[in-house]
Amino acid sequence: MNVHEYQGKELLARYGVAVPTGKVAGSVQEAREVAAALGSEVLVVKAQIHAGGRGAGAVVDTVEEAGRLFADHLEKEGLPAHDLSGGVLLVRSADEAADAAEGMLGKLLVTRQTGAAGRRVSRVLVEEGCDIARELYMSLLLDRATGRPVMMASTEGGMEIEKVAEETPERILRQEIDPAVGLLDGQARKVAFWLGIPAEGIAEAVVFMKSLYAAWLEMDATMVEINPLVQTGAGTLLALDAKMSFDDNALFRQPDIAGLRDDAEEDPKEIWAGKYDLSYIALDGNIGCMVNGAGLAMATMDIIQAAGGRPANFCDVGGGATAERVAEAFKIILSDENVEAVFINIFGGIMKCDVLAQGVVDAARDVEITVPLVVRLEGTNVDQGKAIIAESGLNIIGAEDMADGAAKAVQAAQQRA
Amino acid sequence: MVPRKRYRQPSSERDGESRMSILLDSNSRVVTQGLGATGRFHLNGCREYGTSMVAGVRPGKGGQTAEDTPVFDTVAEAVDKEGANVSVIYVPPPGAADAIMEAADAGIPLVVCITEGIPVTDMIRVQRFLEGRDTRLIGPNCPGIITPGQAKVGIMPGYIHEPGRVGVISRSGTLTYEAVHQLTQLGVGQSTCIGIGGDPIIGTGFIDALDLFNRDPDTDAVMMIGEIGGNAEELAAAWVQENMTKPVAAFIAGKTAPPGKRMGHAGAIISGGQGTAADKEAALKAAGMPVAPSPAELGVTLVAAMQRAA
Repeated sequence: MNVHEYQGKELLARYGVAVPTGKVAGSVQEAREVAAALGSEVLVVKAQIHAGGRGAGAVVDTVEEAGRLFADHLEKEGLPAHDLSGGVLLVRSADEAADAAEGMLGKLLVTRQTGAAGRRVSRVLVEEGCDIARELYMSLLLDRATGRPVMMASTEGGMEIEKVAEETPERILRQEIDPAVGLLDGQARKVAFWLGIPAEGIAEAVVFMKSLYAAWLEMDATMVEINPLVQTGAGTLLALDAKMSFDDNALFRQPDIAGLRDDAEEDPKEIWAGKYDLSYIALDGNIGCMVNGAGLAMATMDIIQAAGGRPANFCDVGGGATAERVAEAFKIILSDENVEAVFINIFGGIMKCDVLAQGVVDAARDVEITVPLVVRLEGTNVDQGKAIIAESGLNIIGAEDMADGAAKAVQAAQQRA
Repeated sequence: MVPRKRYRQPSSERDGESRMSILLDSNSRVVTQGLGATGRFHLNGCREYGTSMVAGVRPGKGGQTAEDTPVFDTVAEAVDKEGANVSVIYVPPPGAADAIMEAADAGIPLVVCITEGIPVTDMIRVQRFLEGRDTRLIGPNCPGIITPGQAKVGIMPGYIHEPGRVGVISRSGTLTYEAVHQLTQLGVGQSTCIGIGGDPIIGTGFIDALDLFNRDPDTDAVMMIGEIGGNAEELAAAWVQENMTKPVAAFIAGKTAPPGKRMGHAGAIISGGQGTAADKEAALKAAGMPVAPSPAELGVTLVAAMQRAA
């Protein structure tokens, strides 16, 4: 689960990580008030969306315009010279802050990372400008190979770390953290000296890093990325930006963080699926699919593509799905208007084929099915499952195996079109 | 009375050869941790397959029975009184990490954790705790392990398996069943099938499992099923090239998965351009491993690899 920059900064500040003074605003008037209260000579107004590249993006009015900018420029290179507003603006008064907020709120911000649809801006963060001596980079994440946390620091602030890793890997310092003792003072000092923090700033930098690690660990974050991390004129570290992701598996014990979820940033179908404990991800293809098990679900998407179609979704109904959950999954898949055929691919293990079949039949009574339906059943109680479908009188195309099912679904979609 | 912590490295393993049936065989005595509906259902399923399901653990319910199985308050008691040497865990996510560590603390040599949804920071602690201990963890978030015809510990449908000489290693559950089904249909039996789990941190990885199969005199070839996320497949490819003496066929799920989205499994996510199916396939092919072009061709790809090696 991701949160907005302003939320991430609030959380980090609780752990003692230095962040710029500022406040989120949901209206032009609020933005003006926040800016006036800050009383700073230089202020920054930042659009709050769950995607990076905001400064180099563009604020537009329509989805069409966002799509055009994305396809023509952002997807490949940066934008050419333009007179559109970006998602991050420097201003010098409360009036200017209000104008900047007005230019962003309610509009779409399209960046390299938003995709062609852009994201609707509902809030802006108004912050004090700061005295930037150098831009650095710092992040904490999990090294899956060792099962340990890793701190990454770089002298190349403001750049994508993947690019730095590829082009100038010597400018990244990596510190593996022993979870039994946490980030050592000595490790933090090593990072601080390596980054070139002046001697008088080292002690404070150590506190910054240890706070960052405590925040990562105690809030069950999967990633904290501070990019840029700023060394101020006074030699101290400041988190100018903050990107945080949290472990969905840990949300049950992090109610405060679970409450920060912004449904507007997610596909409504995915939120719907979440309510029924279904794993669903919307894609942009034409063949809907429903599968039990994540690996088989991914493989099913792949085989649909290999058969000449494009998957409309990822959908794992799980191992212990009930007929009711299967029925709900079916409704979610059919609610996608791009779907021209549905392929149900089930390998019954714990999940029995007859339960699945009953769920499909039940759902078909509730929803009008206007697209061809291909079903492949294999595994536990396969014969009972096939019988339920045969007796239902539904117009279902049977498939022998995965490849056959994918081919039949793609063919059925083409015939319909 | 069976003494605690009886686990020793089997002599064949010390000699560099180790039977996979040492992980699990007809002598395995299994304790079930987590006796909710799921745990009890699979306790019966595993017993029907022929596995010795000797004990259950439910704190506070010691002395009772569940599914005709003695229940103990602690894993240590199950080891003492019933000689349990394998644990299978269905404990819900908040207590699952502790359940793994309790089993390890009781000296259980093989712990199979089925539970899906354990927080990552809990697994970081588990991984650290297991360092230096004689406990092998399989999973979490996995279907378990089966030695066809001998024993099954987990939730896989036993009847699709056939005893034979091909090892199967997979990050997925149902996709493993698909692979096993295809092999069985082709008349190719399996020595042992291990679901290593779909989480970012797992106890037994591809390399650990490949190493075991490589040294297993009862295994001739291995089917390895990976998916997007992390770089375990890339590391395994390099290891295979250096060390493996038996043919290994592979498949990677998730060619069509979008970046930044968790595809069901907590570990199946492409982040920062890392962990794509294309990168993994390239690494496997570079290591000389045949990669099934489609999930419908898992079995035939493995058979072709065996024929080439013969």
